[in-house]
Amino acid sequence: MKMLAYAKLDSPIHRLTGAAKLLFFALWSMGAMITFDTRFLVGFIVFGLVLLKVSRVRLREYSFLLYLIGAFFLLNHVAIYLFSPLEGVKIYGTKHVLLQLPGRYDLTAEQLFYQLNIALKYLAVIPIAFLFILTTDPGEFAASLNRVKVSYKIAYAVSIALRYIPDIQRDFQNISFSAQARGVDISAKEKLGKRLRNVIGILMPLILSSIERIETISAAMELRGFGRGKRRTWYKDRPFGPGDYGALAFIAVVLAALVWLTIARGSRFYNVFESPLF
Amino acid sequence: MDNQSREPVIVFDGFSYQYRVQTSPSLADIHLKIYEGEKVLILGPSGSGKSTLAHCINGLAPYFYPGTATGSLTIRGTETKELDLFRLSDRVGTVLQDPDGQFVGLTVAEDIAFRMENDAVPLPEMKERVRAAAEEAGILEHLEASPHSLSGGQKQRITVAGVISSGVGILLFDEPLANLDPDAGRKAIEQIDRIHRETGKTILIIEHRLEEALHRQVDRIIVIQEGRIVADLKPDELLTSPLLVEAGIREPLYLTALRYAGGEVEARHRPSRLDTMELGPFAERLKAWTEGRQSNDRLEIGATHERSHEPPLLELAGIGFGYEPGKPILRDVSLSIRKGERVGIVGKNGAGKSTLSKLICGFHKPTSGSIRYEGRDIGGDTIKERAQRVGFVLQNPNHMISKTLVHEEIALGLKARGIGEEETARRAQEALRVCGLAPYRNWPISALSFGQRKRVTIASVLVLQPEVLILDEPTAGQDYRHYNEMMEFIMRLREEGLTVLFITHDLHLLLEYTDRAIVLSDGGVLADAFPDDVLTDPELVREASLKETSLMGLARRAGLSDPRGFVRTFIAEDRAKRGRSR
Repeated sequence: MKMLAYAKLDSPIHRLTGAAKLLFFALWSMGAMITFDTRFLVGFIVFGLVLLKVSRVRLREYSFLLYLIGAFFLLNHVAIYLFSPLEGVKIYGTKHVLLQLPGRYDLTAEQLFYQLNIALKYLAVIPIAFLFILTTDPGEFAASLNRVKVSYKIAYAVSIALRYIPDIQRDFQNISFSAQARGVDISAKEKLGKRLRNVIGILMPLILSSIERIETISAAMELRGFGRGKRRTWYKDRPFGPGDYGALAFIAVVLAALVWLTIARGSRFYNVFESPLF
Repeated sequence: MDNQSREPVIVFDGFSYQYRVQTSPSLADIHLKIYEGEKVLILGPSGSGKSTLAHCINGLAPYFYPGTATGSLTIRGTETKELDLFRLSDRVGTVLQDPDGQFVGLTVAEDIAFRMENDAVPLPEMKERVRAAAEEAGILEHLEASPHSLSGGQKQRITVAGVISSGVGILLFDEPLANLDPDAGRKAIEQIDRIHRETGKTILIIEHRLEEALHRQVDRIIVIQEGRIVADLKPDELLTSPLLVEAGIREPLYLTALRYAGGEVEARHRPSRLDTMELGPFAERLKAWTEGRQSNDRLEIGATHERSHEPPLLELAGIGFGYEPGKPILRDVSLSIRKGERVGIVGKNGAGKSTLSKLICGFHKPTSGSIRYEGRDIGGDTIKERAQRVGFVLQNPNHMISKTLVHEEIALGLKARGIGEEETARRAQEALRVCGLAPYRNWPISALSFGQRKRVTIASVLVLQPEVLILDEPTAGQDYRHYNEMMEFIMRLREEGLTVLFITHDLHLLLEYTDRAIVLSDGGVLADAFPDDVLTDPELVREASLKETSLMGLARRAGLSDPRGFVRTFIAEDRAKRGRSR
């Protein structure tokens, strides 16, 4: 399985500073969260795909993660339908029944349209999230968090945690293999209760070895003066260039327009049943 | 040099330190002065308190490992009690023992810059100083690489560059050799020496490996044992005093050889450096010893190979494997191991030694080739099935231990296999005894040292009564006394027919305890020979990142006509002295 990892490529997106990309991503997600307007969301998606193309990042390599997200996405939709099957009717104020189902579970065009918009929101945000992670030098990641006023200690903690994921995966594999070699079975052949207990047994060395890692790294960091001042500088820090200002100005304008339109119309929703597009 | 005219920079005066979690002090009544520009080796077995001494100097004790200090410790005239960790780090730069664990930066440049980042050095100045430090340490071309992708020696250079760039006057190296292969260790010692000569900084090296640390001259050696300083001597004086053996420190191999040959080495012969030692009085004696013994030596060593007519127990044929497609670690490995053999598998870090054993145990499936056990292809067997015959002890004991008490951990595998209580108790007791753990059977494992934990993991595999035992770096983190104890007990098991595979960098282990060495390189088997043949072949030594044994150097300097014969004589004598040559 391939984990999300930065690859050094040269593209206009890669050249943007990490902080600009982080802000861009935050504003972008905010926009996509605010609006349920199908036209805007489609705009977001198309533009996101263009950015993806420009960045030359290959999402296909991360198909496993995409499947995972897809599975959660489906689960989310089933849950929405189970818990509020008439949400769309409430929002759009009409009820076009497409399929008669028992109880309140009638399938309506409004509900489908509402859930379509939710799906579009996902599609608007996910590529940009991937883009941010895959095109930001992890060394710059902490620096960019710090630039948007996150305490540098927290910023560093996040970046170190991300970095240790592969190491901890490797530890886990070693530990589980050696347990299996001693006859401790964690596969489906074992009874559930026993299997759970065996898994817990494996977690203990994993926690111990992780604590050991943490201890070493924090001693090493403190010996080199980490946490000494209120402020620190970053080797990977880069000043904002015209591209960064341009990208931020662009997303700010889009967001402002979106907010203005939403307030002017008094609704976050675009009602296809009131004023059909076609 | 004359210490009277120099300034003492570190002064211990009646200093003691007790960790909060310990019931007795780890350092007691220390009196010690270290002078400006000195290069001092602090020597002691594990648990002697030498690490505590280092922690008190760099401030990790008490700021990171809490405890109580009494007496006085001043660094450049200031009591350490009045300095916090950060202000101490302005005076003392520390290189910790595990290079992998201490990388903070994702690239070499960032890691070197880390200290400066924390001091809020402006970016342009920082970039300049990083370049300068990297150039000084000889890693300029790797600035943008990930530290983890570099070799052990290069890793060490990064941490050194980081410390140099901060401009401190005292450098503290905490077991610089612990995680390096012998070749990288040699280079690390050379680099420390170069820094010392070029910058005149005060240098402290904490180590338990004397011969390796003495690869370059040091001014003084301080020996610590049970929390006290037992010797503070010039290297030549220490090497000729009985203190070394008493403190559980291994003497350099060439001195052992001289002793076996009947030579009486004194401080005036300058024994601390083989290349400048006065060998005149010993050359004849060495010659006579070698010639006198050689005729029966080949027989003695040959005795361990008598089993060569036995059918192979474990056979690997054409094994290929890689974790990622297109990046094979092993291309074509074929080897065969007979019952009762003791085989050392050597090679550079990353040559695939550990991977090979994981394939044998079924953790991963080879992409090509076959593995046979007693002639049967075991390719289809599960991890569990293979584990009935092959026991594997991982390098890091903390990756194996999952219970809180020693005896629980050892019984774990037996319980999982459904073995009766009585039998479990009997076998566990036996394993505890042979591993020297009987007094600790009811101890919490968290209270044991690294070396003791390693023995717990060996015991926990031994109780399963494997026919083949694979040990991954068994001697890592063990000082000489524990090394000896552990290896001797493994040898006793061999007498009961156990076959042992060592994955190791340790050339002492190869020389003293193996019948055969297999050298892995470039995904294949580069050599499969007697350990003495491997260790006396300069090309193999280089390929496997081993280090030429000092016995070869001794033979050359003494003008012996047959250095290999000399090494063999030594091995035979050594095995005889240890009482297990047959």
